[in-house]
Amino acid sequence: MARMKFLCDAERCIECNGCVTACKQEHEVPWGVNRRRVVTINDGVIGAEKSISVACMHCSDAPCMAVCPVDCFYRTDDGVVLHDKDLCIGCGYCFYACPFGAPQFPQAGAFGLRGKMDKCTFCAGGPEPDKSEAEFKKYGRNRLAEGKLPACAEMCSTKALLGGDGDVIADIYRERVTRRGKGSEVWGWGTAYGPGQKGATPPAPAGAPASPAVQKGKS
Amino acid sequence: MRALVLVAAVLAMAGCMEVEQTATPSKLGKYQGKPDTMPWNNSPLAAGPQWKQGDRTSWEEQIKKRQLAQHEDRRINQ
Repeated sequence: MARMKFLCDAERCIECNGCVTACKQEHEVPWGVNRRRVVTINDGVIGAEKSISVACMHCSDAPCMAVCPVDCFYRTDDGVVLHDKDLCIGCGYCFYACPFGAPQFPQAGAFGLRGKMDKCTFCAGGPEPDKSEAEFKKYGRNRLAEGKLPACAEMCSTKALLGGDGDVIADIYRERVTRRGKGSEVWGWGTAYGPGQKGATPPAPAGAPASPAVQKGKS
Repeated sequence: MRALVLVAAVLAMAGCMEVEQTATPSKLGKYQGKPDTMPWNNSPLAAGPQWKQGDRTSWEEQIKKRQLAQHEDRRINQ
């Protein structure tokens, strides 16, 4: 069973905002709502500037799902977190609970009225008939039902943003990091299980051959 | 005594169960909304990726090919 996830490679993201544009265009997302955005840290600092593309991460234990007072969230068999807009009351609890700021609320009128929540659907639509007009108007295009991956990941020019089954995209990322010999210190094994210091050499997973970065560190 | 141990074992194992949150028509969990349909139950587009309608395995196989196409080394050497 697939668990659909996004993974953004900070070494590759060039802050082009192509993913943001692709998402807005694909789903005809209204003005003021950004299902995806690019976050940059150390902007302008040579050698230290890093960007990542952020949207709903389709958490396995989603906080939005846990706090929703009307239980409008559900997870599909592919691990995509979706919600029913007919049930959503626009209370905003999910926005406070989400560590990524994924839930968005349409701002209509001078007083910033809070509408029903809108968020990244992993291009999987919602609980309306697949590929129907109702589904497109409420949730956007259902690319998974067309056998495609999310538009943001598929059109990423540097392939910094990967989308798909967590196992598959983690393998792609791991192979990349092994080839280039850096990047694992940003996140991944070293950050999760290593010494936790910036620039420290991450330990190799048990049973796996040492990566070039590890070998380089030893020499 | 044996029955007591069995009941205790069942109760202990029940604590390890994952909470069901999947909106399939048969298992709704806590979700209150409309049930969703599965992507593999759709007919593929004429000029798009192909799979056998209703066959989850064939849908997953073709979407995995698409995922692997994100790996430029593999895409170049395909």
